[in-house]
Amino acid sequence: MIRDAITVSAKDLRLETRARVVLTQVMPFVLAIVLLFGFALDADTALLRRATSGLFWTTVLFAAVVIVQRSSAVEQQDGVLDALRMSGLSPGGIYLGKVTALFVQLLAVELFLGLAVVVLYDVTPTGIALLTVVALLAGLGIAAAGALYGPLAAGTRTRDTLLPLLMLPVMAPVLLGGARAFEVALGRGVGGGWAWAGMLGIFAVVYLALGTAVWGPLLEDT
Amino acid sequence: MTEVHTSTDVGAALTEAPSGVPAARSASHGSTGSRGTRILGVISLIGLAFLVVYAFVVSKADVELGESIRIMYVHVPTVAAAYLMLLSNAAFSVWALWKRSTFADLAAHACAEVGTLMLGLTLICGALWGRMTWGAFWVWDARLTTTALLFLMYVGYLAVRNLPASARSRTVRSGILGIVSACLIPVVNRSVEWWSSLHQSRTALGTLDPSISGSQYFTLMLGLVVFSVLSVWLVMHRFRLGWLQEQLDTHGVDDAIELRRAEAAQPS
Repeated sequence: MIRDAITVSAKDLRLETRARVVLTQVMPFVLAIVLLFGFALDADTALLRRATSGLFWTTVLFAAVVIVQRSSAVEQQDGVLDALRMSGLSPGGIYLGKVTALFVQLLAVELFLGLAVVVLYDVTPTGIALLTVVALLAGLGIAAAGALYGPLAAGTRTRDTLLPLLMLPVMAPVLLGGARAFEVALGRGVGGGWAWAGMLGIFAVVYLALGTAVWGPLLEDT
Repeated sequence: MTEVHTSTDVGAALTEAPSGVPAARSASHGSTGSRGTRILGVISLIGLAFLVVYAFVVSKADVELGESIRIMYVHVPTVAAAYLMLLSNAAFSVWALWKRSTFADLAAHACAEVGTLMLGLTLICGALWGRMTWGAFWVWDARLTTTALLFLMYVGYLAVRNLPASARSRTVRSGILGIVSACLIPVVNRSVEWWSSLHQSRTALGTLDPSISGSQYFTLMLGLVVFSVLSVWLVMHRFRLGWLQEQLDTHGVDDAIELRRAEAAQPS
């Protein structure tokens, strides 16, 4: 299963290095959101700094929807789905491979976004350990959920509009956990930063378990 | 109730057939009504009438909440019915996915639809109550926020159900989504509760659980029973409508062809 996961994630990441969709489309999209939030809050630096944690994770979620859409779309064309079914790879392995590739791309986006808010919102990063752990766990949770909802909405004419509706409401725990923990790390929140990180970990584990379990029937029957 | 009319129209269109076979097949499934649902329907309507009388006339205004307690006689029963329906949806989803059962799949759909309707009603009357009691339609309380997120999750579930897909694919997709959504309810609930407990000062929820007694207690219990019966009644109609649509998808074309053949065979 681990080897299957590595094969699939390597395939997805190879696709990304060749097509560069995250680099040339998602990251500029993220930058646009950061600028638009600045306009929305009237470029009030004090307010922007205070709202940074929440805005950061909202932006990550928007970017995640786009990346997940791309990740499941590549499986829908040219009979790739049939090829996957015929390949003999274990469904759980394919799922974990999709999760890994999504996770790596999300981390790249988070890093880029972090640099953008440091520069544009004048935020000084503190509590690096907590920031890193939360970024990793939340990224894993989003990737695990995204790799499950992507194929659920895929292969339909309304995929582009359906995926955000499926994904965003259940991402509430990630947004809450990520934003509150970041506030603690940046010295603006009260206590419980590591507890939120634990909650993000539980969220990721729940989705990883569910995804590994249900990807078999999902791959067979859609 | 338009759904029921639509379904009888479908049934009527089929039963009008001059040929024997389609008429016989559709006659047995031609309507979403039956003796059982009619009894349930009558009980629901009479119960609702009693509830209106008890909620507005017989029961007294509350000492703390005043007249606004009357909203509770709808608010609490709708949320209870909603959770009952969503729980049933999860159970039917497991069954549908496990046995690939069309019956369980359609039942899960019916439960989710009625459950979502009840959640929507809960949110609307909750907001009205909040405006009267707290002076705001919305406060960022854990229960409210969880309910709103749940509502959106099941609107998404219904959207997946309505996708054009083969019956098999639909059963698998919606079965998985139903199970995943049910597993997520405790996680979402815990995180939101935890979040709002950090902001105690921003919510003033001391008045959320008033102690009630006498006629108020009876009215609330009556509401719970009435809305449960009403939900079951709606689910039965919705399930049969789904079943009819399924039959139409499966046999519709065959029946239509047979009809045309019968017409052609008749001497003009």
